[in-house]
Amino acid sequence: MTMTATAGHAHADPHHIGIVIEHPGPASKRIVTAYGFWVFLLSDIVMFSCFFAAYAVLSGQTADGPKGSEIFEQRNVAIETVCLLLSSFTCGMASIAADVRNRFWFYLGMSVTCVLGLIFLVIEFREFADLVTRGYGPSRSAFLTAFFSLVGCHGLHVSAGVLWLLTMMAQVFAKGFRADILRRMMCFALFWHALDIIWVAVFSVVYLLGSGA
Amino acid sequence: MLGKLDWSAIPFDQPIPLVAGAVVLIAILAVLIWVVVKGHLPYLWHEWITSVDHKRIGVMYILLASVMLLRGGSDAIMMRIQQAVAYQSQGYLPPEHYNQIFSAHGTIMIFFVAMPFVIGLMNLVVPLQLGVRDVAFPTLNSVGFWLTATGALLVNLSLVIGEFARTGWLAFPPLSGLSYSPGVGVDYYAWSLQISGVGTLVAGINLVTTVLKLRTKGMNYLRMPMFCWTTLASNLLIVAAFPILTATLAMLLLDRYLGFHFFTNEAGGNVMMFMNLIWAWGHPEVYILVLPAFGIFSEVVSTFSGKALFGYRSMVLATMAICVVSFMVWLHHFFTMGAGPDVNAIFGIASMIIAIPTGVKIYNWLFTMYGGRIRFATPMLWSVGFMVTFIIGGLTGVLLAVPPADFMLHNSMFLVAHFHNVIIGGVLFGAFAGFEYWFPKAFGFRLDERWGKAAFWFTFIGFFVTFMPLYIAGMLGMTRRMQHYDVAAWRPWMIVAAIGMAVLTIGVICQIVQLVVSIRNREVLRDRTGDPWDGRSLEWATASPPPVFNFAFNPDVRGEDAYWDMKVHARQQSFEHEGPEYQDIEMPRNSPTGFVCAFFATIMGFALIWHIWWMVILGGLGAFATFVVFAWRDHDEYVIPAEEVARIDRVNLEERRSLVSMAGAV
Repeated sequence: MTMTATAGHAHADPHHIGIVIEHPGPASKRIVTAYGFWVFLLSDIVMFSCFFAAYAVLSGQTADGPKGSEIFEQRNVAIETVCLLLSSFTCGMASIAADVRNRFWFYLGMSVTCVLGLIFLVIEFREFADLVTRGYGPSRSAFLTAFFSLVGCHGLHVSAGVLWLLTMMAQVFAKGFRADILRRMMCFALFWHALDIIWVAVFSVVYLLGSGA
Repeated sequence: MLGKLDWSAIPFDQPIPLVAGAVVLIAILAVLIWVVVKGHLPYLWHEWITSVDHKRIGVMYILLASVMLLRGGSDAIMMRIQQAVAYQSQGYLPPEHYNQIFSAHGTIMIFFVAMPFVIGLMNLVVPLQLGVRDVAFPTLNSVGFWLTATGALLVNLSLVIGEFARTGWLAFPPLSGLSYSPGVGVDYYAWSLQISGVGTLVAGINLVTTVLKLRTKGMNYLRMPMFCWTTLASNLLIVAAFPILTATLAMLLLDRYLGFHFFTNEAGGNVMMFMNLIWAWGHPEVYILVLPAFGIFSEVVSTFSGKALFGYRSMVLATMAICVVSFMVWLHHFFTMGAGPDVNAIFGIASMIIAIPTGVKIYNWLFTMYGGRIRFATPMLWSVGFMVTFIIGGLTGVLLAVPPADFMLHNSMFLVAHFHNVIIGGVLFGAFAGFEYWFPKAFGFRLDERWGKAAFWFTFIGFFVTFMPLYIAGMLGMTRRMQHYDVAAWRPWMIVAAIGMAVLTIGVICQIVQLVVSIRNREVLRDRTGDPWDGRSLEWATASPPPVFNFAFNPDVRGEDAYWDMKVHARQQSFEHEGPEYQDIEMPRNSPTGFVCAFFATIMGFALIWHIWWMVILGGLGAFATFVVFAWRDHDEYVIPAEEVARIDRVNLEERRSLVSMAGAV
């Protein structure tokens, strides 16, 4: 049993630059959690990309129904966008407050985030309800199908986010700023910001491009 | 009250599903009664069902896959018999039943056999190979497994309550739309895949994070065992591809439940969008399955040739190349769509390019064997059998990648033969190789070699006798999924294929006998050292079965083939750790979260299939409550004291010392 394996040592220094960087070992829990959540967010963005792709394919298929420019109300969308972007700021404030363990600013930041999220949801719901009552529901045409699904999928995410937000506040209230709760708070913040990024894409692809057409 | 559900859902007029369902039900009841009467229930609950140990979860994944393999295999037997007898006659299966069988066969074999088998092996082995104590998110791991089990349960429920899809395993619209499939079959299909898909995504995120963030000290990327690399590639594909499946099935469900127009023929819906979306998931999916198998063969070939893997770095490169290119070939599943010669040419060439990294791998395995001292143990037989079989499957794949040839062979038995050739010859042989190879690690005793070899030879020969005739039938113009036919020239080949199926079945029986015989003779087959095959990677550096904490010390890796290096050094300078100082180890506490979550998911899935809306809400609330309760617990870890670690570790250390001194004497 003579060995061929010992040659493997060289691979820690593949370019023979004389510096061997040894992997330091498992990362901390905070890093592992955040990393895993990032990977989840990427997968979520892949899912959204399917709905974006479907919207791109179907946006012209109005089946003699309304076009985007006939049903989009830019004022509402502007308010929605402002709400969501502001809520990202207040969510950031809440994260900072959590990091310095300041309960008052944490609750305030989270509450404002929650209210802004709810305003967004109410406006979106009213837009949907209005369209449906005018007979422009998702079964009217493939364009409306894709529109309701894409925007509604984002809305569902925001709703889940609000639910998570309230659970987060209750957790801090009951347990305080424990390490595992801070990790969850970090994941929540990542989630909320990701929804913002997706909204920017929804805003551009659906409402801006759609209003011009 | 109960939505669409009433007594007509139970097929009293069809004896086959009813009898099959009754047999399964009696078997489950018998097992349950045995468990309760023998008093095993607390053990089962505390040690397995609520376990968050990656090894236990891995074993449960493989158990699920094995049980479902029998179900999917029964479907296969029924189909082969039907096609053997249904020449100028209706055969013994009515068309609507036959259609359900081939749909269920494909769905089960891919989602509930191949996927859980490879995910189970990855779960079992990867943390051990990386030298760590568990995966990144142990409780989530348990959730993922139980959601997969939920999907499997729903598919099997369709056998006796309602019906399964009659649409083929990918449920193409408009056939799968509400107007052509008004029953609950497609809903069973879609919801079970949605639920198990979430489970798979969770497993993917978990394993990607584990490989990238949890490696032990010194385990640089280019020192990872090949199986870890292929696990990384496969799980990156899961993370990137499974959301596409989720989105696509969600669109199909919206069409069916709420009258949307994604894939309908009316109101501007686009059927070909479904083909594009589903195959944008479906093609990466085959690499999700086969890449881990490639990893298994790399481990097995290197171990049983007694040599380091030939061309390790080219193997890494080939794996990652396949990972990337697999996302750029989906259109070859529908060359006949009419995308035009330019598009078809690009996708055809991209498909052929995949043969290059795969060829690199084949040569690397061959060169690993070259000049080695080869031991033809059962895992090695499966690996060599794979190389022979897979090359044929790969070549017919390159043939199908040529668009003009594909226009002729599209949707024919030739295609059926091709993908069975790569999935059985690649994934299933790999899963069996991994099963034989790592079984002693998981359970502490080896499997019986004689029955293992018999299983290999019957399966290997059975495979060729079954599927080579299908290539010929495809060349003769036979299309797939035929319930009956009138062409005399196809008949002999169908009969040969049915005979082959019988040989394959003997192979499966041998495998079951092997398991029974091995469990009976486990004291003779006991592996006390933890290193029964003279292995090279870290999973062999700990006891069999490994203690719950895997390693008493985080291993310090200095090169490729970490454990081989350790053995070499140990032989040269006896054991370094004379009196190691043990420390307390923190491990995650077991949790019923996964099981409870799956319970509510089952209720929700069933209610959604049958339109029982109050039950949907109930299931949703239950799932949310489960998460909150989980989030509320205060102690998620427990400590194993140093004395306990020492006690467990010393036993294995003694066995290992004697092994090393013996080998040193040789």
